[in-house]
Amino acid sequence: MSDLDVVIIGAGVVGTSIARELSRYKLRIALLEKEIEPAFGVSKSNSGIIHPGTQNPSTSLKGKLCVLGNKLTRSISKELGLDFKEVGELIVVFDEADVPKLLEIKEEAEKLGVPGLRIVDRQWLAANEPNLSSDVLAALYAPTAGIISPYRLVYALAENAVMNGVKIFTDHTVLSIRPLKSGFEIQTQNDKFKSKYVVNCAGLFADEISRMIGIDDFAIKPRKGQEFLLDKKKEHMANHLLFPLPGRDSKGVLIIKTSDGNPMIGPTAEEVENKDDLSTTSKGLHTVLENVKKMMPSIEGSDIIAYFAGLRPAAGSDFIIRHEDKVPGFINVAGIQSPGLTAAPAIAMMVKELLQSSGLKLRKKLFFKKHLRGVPSSDKDIVCRCETVSAGQIRDAIKRGARTLDGIKFRTRCQAGRCHGGFCTARAIKILSEETGLPLQQITKRGKGSEVIKDERA
Amino acid sequence: MRERDLVIVGGGPAGMAAALSAYESGVKDILILERDQYLGGILNQCIHTGFGLVHFKEVLTGPEYAERFIKKVKAVPQIEVSLKTFVVDLKVCDPDINVRLRRSEQEPTLQRRDFVITYLKPGKREKIRAKAIIMSTGCRERTREMIHIPGTRPAGIFNAGLAQKMINVEGWLPGKTVVIIGSGDIGLIMARRFTLEGAQVKAVIELENKSRGLARNIAQCIEDFDIPIYFRHKISKIYGKDRVEGVDIVKVGDDLQEIPNSGFTINCDTLLVSVGLIPENELIEMAGVEIDKKTNSPVSKQLNSTSVPGIFVCGNSYKVYDIVDSVTRDSCECGRMAAKWLRTLTPLPLSQPPDGVGEG
Repeated sequence: MSDLDVVIIGAGVVGTSIARELSRYKLRIALLEKEIEPAFGVSKSNSGIIHPGTQNPSTSLKGKLCVLGNKLTRSISKELGLDFKEVGELIVVFDEADVPKLLEIKEEAEKLGVPGLRIVDRQWLAANEPNLSSDVLAALYAPTAGIISPYRLVYALAENAVMNGVKIFTDHTVLSIRPLKSGFEIQTQNDKFKSKYVVNCAGLFADEISRMIGIDDFAIKPRKGQEFLLDKKKEHMANHLLFPLPGRDSKGVLIIKTSDGNPMIGPTAEEVENKDDLSTTSKGLHTVLENVKKMMPSIEGSDIIAYFAGLRPAAGSDFIIRHEDKVPGFINVAGIQSPGLTAAPAIAMMVKELLQSSGLKLRKKLFFKKHLRGVPSSDKDIVCRCETVSAGQIRDAIKRGARTLDGIKFRTRCQAGRCHGGFCTARAIKILSEETGLPLQQITKRGKGSEVIKDERA
Repeated sequence: MRERDLVIVGGGPAGMAAALSAYESGVKDILILERDQYLGGILNQCIHTGFGLVHFKEVLTGPEYAERFIKKVKAVPQIEVSLKTFVVDLKVCDPDINVRLRRSEQEPTLQRRDFVITYLKPGKREKIRAKAIIMSTGCRERTREMIHIPGTRPAGIFNAGLAQKMINVEGWLPGKTVVIIGSGDIGLIMARRFTLEGAQVKAVIELENKSRGLARNIAQCIEDFDIPIYFRHKISKIYGKDRVEGVDIVKVGDDLQEIPNSGFTINCDTLLVSVGLIPENELIEMAGVEIDKKTNSPVSKQLNSTSVPGIFVCGNSYKVYDIVDSVTRDSCECGRMAAKWLRTLTPLPLSQPPDGVGEG
């Protein structure tokens, strides 16, 4: 593909946010993704918290973008029909001596403009968060914290960007980028793209992409987070997102409400070498359980129905978002760890301004389709019994881009309940095969190599 | 809203036996709600033999055992079956509502409690009122997640029952080199099934020092095929980014703690998980029926009963059974219990249905 204005590398929440924002203008845009579906990299293991902006230094880029992103996420989720819920968060302390630390956090956050912060006492906590341990003496309450489904957000952004003219190329790993006299030539394993501008938001691989054009002053150090999902029966055990005091490298082990209902506990924070190390460990489980039980003693290991690990694409302590003046037309968006999901819409605005100030002409389209087409109501032919997902909902997810069993799971919740796909997987495989025309043996969990069926009997 | 005397949720062996015995005990208005497209439940995927030895004094396959009950159920016009019907809600009505709606002041004490079931059928959402309910919803399998096996999360990890459905119902082979965790009956039967289909079963791993399955299954499914079985071992890690590539196995002591340096790796493309069953009682739990947190069975003073009079539970949703013949026996008892409960209800003299509207 040639004559592109912008190539965006990486269809996670950052790439799709940028794609949708730029799709308001008369531009030719391609979004390249190495996985078989959007959101299959860092974004799929995001915990779904829309942070208020409380745990970042007031001078940091991520702090500013987080506070703005928190505001923008509300309007985006309204436009795209997403399930953003403002549940509020509590940063709890167990010791009177730690209350000054809460005040420090409050002061820093207020400098950034985080609204509504206040310290709440034991009595308030007993009334509003009854399952919290009575050892928790006080907390900082941040009412603007919220939750959203991270993958449904990415899917909606991607789908809406496509409605507005963006071309998405999944299963396209970028192999090389060659600067031309004007613009770049981007080579993937099966195609060439020519574009005036390149935006690199390749998550864990942003450093490798940047090195292709000779910018190598940062490295992505993956930091693993293991998360454990609890049975939906526990949905109402907590009313807020619950945080301990933040540690040096992370916000600590949390009790998280999710928009799917299942509470989540985690994450761990472990530096790892390997960018595809998504394994979970017994140690991770023990650390997480031990920590959350301090906040909420009623949580049991037997409540866990699923677990997974994600990698934060860290590059130092702050985001790196900049136009590379040495390579005009190339924008790096790297090191987007927490609060990246929250900040994503603000990052998109910032990238738009960077593109504009480096010469990209932005002319608004006469008509920008800001809404998704409606979701059909359930046809009541139930496939997934734990989460009550119908055949029609699965077919709709496939029409909107699901190509894998995980893609169906993230979009519809089919296979994500307490039986973990024991009852519904066979039917989901058949529907996926019918709708895509793929032979059964080519149906995968999450792309090539993860085929589910080894052989068929005639 | 339509009203039925007895609504049975689940048309497997338990639900069918309960329906037939309730009918024989005098209940003449029975509705079975079945979520699948046919009656028989999990028996339909159990194509091995060994069913019916006690009840029929014959050796039958699962589908044959089911077929005998399906024929009987279909022969009774007073038992209506609704297939592809998925119950989403069960409510216990306040008995006082009946008083307000149905009784004049001079009438005697109330002994009547109603239930309202909401279900989905393709294209429809309906409600029905029932005087008594039997839940025969079976069980689900415990998963890899519930025993917290660390490692990656690739394709190729199946619960034994899912693999059984894939092979026996769909005609798919989900793997070619297989390790099975857990020596419950489904795991043992699937070890044989995979072997007969040409796959290689490399090991069965069991945490306990003996099998949890029936002796006949150890003999006929494992020993007859020389499949290695490791007692007091567990899987400590799963490998494979996209598809299972192998598992680490480690020996444990009688205290179930890992024994250092006892580990070894088996390469395989499939891990079959057969580590126990959990009764499915979420519907009645949401309706306020007391459920034992450990077993997920109803808390119950008497076989098939629950903390809410009028709600009965039978089959594997009451407790996990070893053989279907015992399910049939106890579920027949459940049908009689429901019939007896219905007989003790005060007859309702009013001609008006409770909502003042007819059906629908």
